Amino acid sequence: MDERFDVAIVGAGPAGISAACMLADNGVKTIVFERGEYPGAKNIFGGVLYGHDLAQTVPDYVDKGFPIERNIVESRLWYLSQSGGYSVAYRDQAFFQARKFNAFTTGRARFDRWYAEQAKAKGAVLVCSTVVTDLLRGEGGQVIGVRTDRPEGDVFAKVVLLADGINSPLARKTGFRPEPKPEDVALAVKEVIALPEEVIDERFGVESDAGVTIEILGDVTWGMNGVAFIYTNKRSLSLGIGANLLDFSQQKVKPYEMLEAFKQHPMVAPLIKGGKPQEYTAHWLAEGGYDAIPRLAGDGFLLAGDSAMLFNALHREGTNLAMASGRMAAEAIMEALGSGDLSRNGLAGYVRRLQSSYVLKDMAKYRRFPHFLQDHKELFTTLPGLASLAAREMLTVNGIPKKAKQRTIWEAFRRKMSIRQSLRFVWDAWRSVR
Amino acid sequence: MSVKVEDKLFLNRYRVDEESHLRIIDYTLCLKECPDQPCLYICPANVYKLDRDRISVSYEGCLECGSCRIGCPHFNIEWRFPQGGYGIRHKFG
Ligand SMILES: Cc1cc2nc3c(=O)[nH]c(=O)nc-3n(C[C@H](O)[C@H](O)[C@H](O)COP(=O)(O)OP(=O)(O)OC[C@H]3O[C@@H](n4cnc5c(N)ncnc54)[C@H](O)[C@@H]3O)c2cc1C
Ligand code: SF4
Ligand code: SF4
Repeated sequence: MDERFDVAIVGAGPAGISAACMLADNGVKTIVFERGEYPGAKNIFGGVLYGHDLAQTVPDYVDKGFPIERNIVESRLWYLSQSGGYSVAYRDQAFFQARKFNAFTTGRARFDRWYAEQAKAKGAVLVCSTVVTDLLRGEGGQVIGVRTDRPEGDVFAKVVLLADGINSPLARKTGFRPEPKPEDVALAVKEVIALPEEVIDERFGVESDAGVTIEILGDVTWGMNGVAFIYTNKRSLSLGIGANLLDFSQQKVKPYEMLEAFKQHPMVAPLIKGGKPQEYTAHWLAEGGYDAIPRLAGDGFLLAGDSAMLFNALHREGTNLAMASGRMAAEAIMEALGSGDLSRNGLAGYVRRLQSSYVLKDMAKYRRFPHFLQDHKELFTTLPGLASLAAREMLTVNGIPKKAKQRTIWEAFRRKMSIRQSLRFVWDAWRSVR
Repeated sequence: MSVKVEDKLFLNRYRVDEESHLRIIDYTLCLKECPDQPCLYICPANVYKLDRDRISVSYEGCLECGSCRIGCPHFNIEWRFPQGGYGIRHKFG
């Protein structure tokens, strides 16, 4: 390929495609490389996308037939012990009407392909089945293009946007950002389990187009810092579980054994009963939070989305941060192309935009949250059992006075956690999310 | 609990390359300096298995998560993406 482009984008995920949409909309000559046979071939996520950020690049996404499984109207949070657990749920009529598509489930194989089609229609060039294997550098070390695994696969571009996701051997090889440490990522495994549409409607108490998400904490992650989830698709459920990679290593847990045990939990098994597994996948989540964000711009290149470790674990927001950062990268690139300064300095508008938007504001707000989870393993070890004990005792009608029950619960609690530890827990929890 | 991960991998669609994209650099290091051998259990596809005293690599089932690359305490695994278009192809994602 002897052609020269203004911008070369590595990766056709939400970050890369939203940038491509915006650049192509503004007549910037853009090429996107994707290693999968089609966009989405390599990607998984839990399953929830957000209409707000999608509308910024494809305002008429509803008319354009975006691939949706179910519109999310209810969010549940479970805190599980081995025998049972707590459930809180929030449902709102607003999510059926005025705020429809605020959040919706989808699959990445369909979504990413559709989204990339939108960028192509706007004029971006998409090249699939192609791995970017190196960055081309100019005499001053600035990035001037990419090398691909195709014959004669060097492509020159004024700016390269690295939207290649969290698992980046390219980062390892070229050093555009450091390789994450095991404690900075969570490894998640996911299964898609097919069930008839009516069965899902009934089990989750919804009409066909509406859906439910369940986020799950507790000892289902076997004492490791982790989460699980169950999301409703039209004719399947997405079910996944993950934990910090360092914890997996240290505790010698096999991810698929934990997944199988999770599927047998008394609160989970009835929901998936009779379902047929369709697909089994694995992926990292960027867990490090604000402190793990690398340098976001260099001479001739920028990082967006998961490659920049932008993920809000508490709110399970990743695709929206990817889309927003891709968009802001595109804006900064256009600014730099206009001024002719493609150095790190010239591209600094990117970081400024991120800082003044919800992207880095939210990341900064929850800066302590990953540390809280990693430091307070009791959340995944002793507390789930104690919390269940409390509810189980209070709800059991057996002639024992409630005061005596409270004492039993309190004593059980005190055996596992000192007052000091408990206060520390509450204080750290509050500080990590305030 | 013993779970057959092969049954799960069987659900997936792959386009398998003839050449492995994963390579253990130094086998003696695995035996002599890696008592825990984390690659044997962190891998969600059970790609690494102990065959007598040598670790075998069934790269065909790899889910391309990257965990073995950063989880190997000696960085003893040479890891690249499968050639463009090869490897796992998600149906749903
Ligand atoms: C289990 C799980 C559940 C999640 N749940 C949610 C959720 O419910 N909601 C949410 O908003 N977020 C969720 N996330 C996070 C979300 O998936 C990511 O934040 C988001 O996908 C990041 O988008 P991205 O475009 O930056 O990267 P990616 O989506 O990873 O895209 C990167 C693209 O680059 C390609 N690529 C990589 N390297 C190369 C190369 N060298 N050459 C060519 N192509 C390359 C890849 O094939 C891929 O298509 C979840 C993540 C996981 C793992
Ligand atoms: S973790 Fe690395 S060094 Fe240890 S056995 Fe596996 S490949 Fe060898
Ligand atoms: S990349 Fe993931 S799935 Fe593939 S061999 Fe390594 S740990 Fe296993």
